[in-house]
Amino acid sequence: MKDVREALMVARNTDGKLVRRPLSPHVQIYRWPISMALSILHRVTGVALGVGTLLLTWWLVAAATSDAAFATAQWFIGSALGLLLLFGWSFALFFHLYSGVRHLIWDAGVGFDSPTYNVTGWAVVIATGVSTVLVWVIGLAVW
Amino acid sequence: MAGTPHVDMLRSPLGRARGLGSAKAGSAHWRAQRTTGLALLPLSLWFIYSVIHLAGAPRAAVMHWMSAPVPMVLMLALIIATFHHLQMGLQTVIEDYVHHEPAKMVALLLARGGPWLLGLICFVSVLKIGF
Repeated sequence: MKDVREALMVARNTDGKLVRRPLSPHVQIYRWPISMALSILHRVTGVALGVGTLLLTWWLVAAATSDAAFATAQWFIGSALGLLLLFGWSFALFFHLYSGVRHLIWDAGVGFDSPTYNVTGWAVVIATGVSTVLVWVIGLAVW
Repeated sequence: MAGTPHVDMLRSPLGRARGLGSAKAGSAHWRAQRTTGLALLPLSLWFIYSVIHLAGAPRAAVMHWMSAPVPMVLMLALIIATFHHLQMGLQTVIEDYVHHEPAKMVALLLARGGPWLLGLICFVSVLKIGF
């Protein structure tokens, strides 16, 4: 062993023999609890929303540039691909928002016990679903 | 690993850790991430409302809407909070998952420069639309 961190992995068993400490199972081994899935989804939606800012930038630049540029941007957003991206964006935004609120509540030191953990986790999922559908029902009705 | 485990180095964990400690700026980053996140709660809900309100609107209507002080200021606030929050979030993700040092450095620079540029472009566009 060349790395000092490796040295921490060496221990003696009850017979006094030097052994390598066992590792805890990795991600693939665990049965995924809701919080594990939501944790990674929070990061994935965060990065996705970052990519989505490109669409916001295009829309604002087009509006600032000319009628023709704005028409092109509006055409893309109204196309099947544009609407799909917009749907993904709204889902990611609502998820990241509700999940973010869950994080803020944790930051206040509340909701760390396991039953609450699961309840707030599912609440995030349900709130995201309801909000996304609701916004699209209203949006398409107005449009 | 074959054979009995053994350690063939003398350097202590403390010796190894010296000089690699906290940069003393972690809490500022953490707080800014929460503060911008909190600001984005009402701002992004307002933005969704505005997007629905402006769905299919012609350019003239968008320009008229953004020339009013409150929507313009809220858009500018949304842009600042969004891109600052994005920059810090990307930084956190890169620091957690990219371990190859040169790749990490490049990724961190891009994660800083990209949001800065996009944010400035959005900021100037809003001003240009509004004025």
